[in-house]
Amino acid sequence: MNALNFLKPNRDNLKNHVLIGSFLILVGLLDVIINSFLKINIVSFLPGSLSSFFPLILGLIGLTMIRIDYSGNKNLDLLNKNINTNTFNALLTLIIIFTLIKALPPSLSWMILDANISGDSKDACTGTGACWTYIKVWFRRFMYGMYPNEFHWRINTAFILVIALGFVGYFMKENLKKYLALYYVIIYPIIAYLVIYYLISGGSFGLQWVETGAWGGLSLTFIVSFFCLIFCFPLGMIFALGRRSNLPAIKYISICYIEFWRGVPLITVLFMSSVMFPMFLPEDFFMDKLVRVIIAITLFEAAYCAEVIRGGLQSLPRGQYDAAKSLGMGYWKMHIFVILPQALKLVIPGIANTFLALVKDTPLIFVVGLAEIAGMLAMAKTNPKWLGFAMEGYIFAAIIFWIICYAMSKYSYNLEAKYKTER
Amino acid sequence: MNNILKKLLPQVLTILLVVFIFGFLTINAQTNMDNRGIDFGFGFLTQESSFDVQFSLIEYSGSDSYARAFLVGLLNTLLVSFISIIFCTILGVIIGVARLSSNYLIRNSAAWYVEFFRNIPLLLQIFFWYYAALRALPLPEKANAWFGVTYMTVKGYYIPSMVWENLNVFLYCILAAIISILFIRRYATKLRENQGKQIPVLLYSLIILLILPILSFLFGGVSLDFDMPTLKQLSKTSYIYEGGLSLPPELIALVLALSLYTSTFVAECVRAGIQGVSKGQKEAAASVGLNPNQVLKLVIMPQALRIIIPPTTNQYLNLTKNSSLAAAIAYPDLVLVFAGTALMQTGKAIEIVSITMLTYLTISLSIAAVMNWYNKKIEIKEK
Repeated sequence: MNALNFLKPNRDNLKNHVLIGSFLILVGLLDVIINSFLKINIVSFLPGSLSSFFPLILGLIGLTMIRIDYSGNKNLDLLNKNINTNTFNALLTLIIIFTLIKALPPSLSWMILDANISGDSKDACTGTGACWTYIKVWFRRFMYGMYPNEFHWRINTAFILVIALGFVGYFMKENLKKYLALYYVIIYPIIAYLVIYYLISGGSFGLQWVETGAWGGLSLTFIVSFFCLIFCFPLGMIFALGRRSNLPAIKYISICYIEFWRGVPLITVLFMSSVMFPMFLPEDFFMDKLVRVIIAITLFEAAYCAEVIRGGLQSLPRGQYDAAKSLGMGYWKMHIFVILPQALKLVIPGIANTFLALVKDTPLIFVVGLAEIAGMLAMAKTNPKWLGFAMEGYIFAAIIFWIICYAMSKYSYNLEAKYKTER
Repeated sequence: MNNILKKLLPQVLTILLVVFIFGFLTINAQTNMDNRGIDFGFGFLTQESSFDVQFSLIEYSGSDSYARAFLVGLLNTLLVSFISIIFCTILGVIIGVARLSSNYLIRNSAAWYVEFFRNIPLLLQIFFWYYAALRALPLPEKANAWFGVTYMTVKGYYIPSMVWENLNVFLYCILAAIISILFIRRYATKLRENQGKQIPVLLYSLIILLILPILSFLFGGVSLDFDMPTLKQLSKTSYIYEGGLSLPPELIALVLALSLYTSTFVAECVRAGIQGVSKGQKEAAASVGLNPNQVLKLVIMPQALRIIIPPTTNQYLNLTKNSSLAAAIAYPDLVLVFAGTALMQTGKAIEIVSITMLTYLTISLSIAAVMNWYNKKIEIKEK
């Protein structure tokens, strides 16, 4: 142990140790940086695998030399406390930093430096990096599917209208606020359906009819998740209340419903909606595939929604029910004015998670032949003119979904913080 | 009277509604099937399937029945779920613990790992691994050997397979070792409680676990050979590995995507579990004189596990259900083999889709039942 003592700093020789230690760490860093950016190995004279471990060993010695419980220097203490508490921590720190430095140049050059974005055919991609030309050329297809190019404004307008209508609640007058729930649960879905039907499908008001088979891309993902989202919430609420009911028939029917949908994978539900469900419809009754899929996903997600809402209902103390009853409220009055407002506040994070899962599940409709973004990617990937760009396509889609989902989860944190009430 | 009516009326109405919906659907299905000349029945299960499956754990060929095809699919589903569960648990525990690290870099890298893999749809991740990442692997003739004997190629991962002789003797030996270890543990607990003596149980267990199988090799006639994959030229430009065990790229892509995706959820469960044990517990345990190892083993872990296990099992269940996405990249799982190929051939939509759903439902409900039993057992019994 004595031999290692010269590595240990104390208040007297701190300055020397910090100088030597930082120098060693810098040399190690420099070696890795030069190695990965310029592809020159400055320590190639060392035997065998020692040269690849060289920066790691240098860095470890350096970090050991500057490790001190209390130095008085604010920055040094902060550094020690956060990344350098013991040898194992120091080693992990170095490995993470070095891996980042090693991984940066190849990914940077692939994504940006060697990538191509100009031109409009495969020949424009001459670099060794990514071919963003592919994304640029196919962009409209990825967004709107096979929807005719000249009608894309219809999808855009419909989305803007639907989003604007969704924000109406913020601008409502104070005396109308009590009808807000009614608006969101019943009126808004109907208006949104009409807007999407008349604008995107067309067929009247001089707009040309576009069948749902041509819908696709990210806009279809949005349409499907939007409708499932607004329908599954009220349905889930009904089944959550049903499961908590003390009427046995209603209770057991709700339990069966919830456990059934929660026990099967979504993909089999989609198969059911596409191959089995048409058999259960009246003979000359035709239902569009998209509608069938939306119904299937809604029924499926409603079960998950119901379980989340039930959690909120269960966590309310009995006193709330008793108090409401003692004021002479009936079942519906009690739930609408006392129980649900509190319970729904509690389950905001859970509901947000369910919605997030729903958005992440929508690409699955690809397996029953609806060409949303995963389907369009598969189509573009096998196009003979554009072979070999699967990587770019999937990275592009992953980035889009990541941004949407990340934003949603952050928004749910905000909502949770906003509606938090002292209990 | 009024009260009874109030209770009875909604129930009767609900039941009538359910009966009406089911009746409506059944009558429709009946007329539809009559019109199209389809009969309802499960007789097709014994018929010859006459399609091949690329990858199966049991012997299977086109001359086998649909019931066997169902079994092949089910086993493939269970295989991919089992492997992914093992990997996602290992990864999830590491990431979950790393999220609580005192090291700023480790904590944040783990957090970004979770945010990254959790927010990308699983289907896209599977596609990414299968169509983009694994397609960049070398061709069989250009593959480098990993660990000297395994080959990662664009056509799959080739590893040496084990050729056993008298495998059953070996397995009996392992079983005997496990049983004797259980007895030793019991004896040691008794000794400790009655006389306060400690015996090194772990050492004894390891010795028994090593010696018995070795004995079986020496005297039981057990022998183990490795069948190495070797490169073989089929034609001028086409090469293939022969011998050994080959894991198809579909399986690898699925396992990668499922375990990376689910590990983020397991990590969150682990983190919540460890954070859920109050600091006072640790301090109290230390103050009654337990050493840090004992504190972790006897006080922290049992309480953390109580919080961790139920949600983690839920994640395992989700993983098993998510493994049905295999159908999208043509890994022959239950959905692809049975609800895909078999359905196309027989056209028995109602029967096949309901069998598939019931299978998943059975798996889910049985695991849920075991979980409920476990939760009841570990529940803190407050006085």
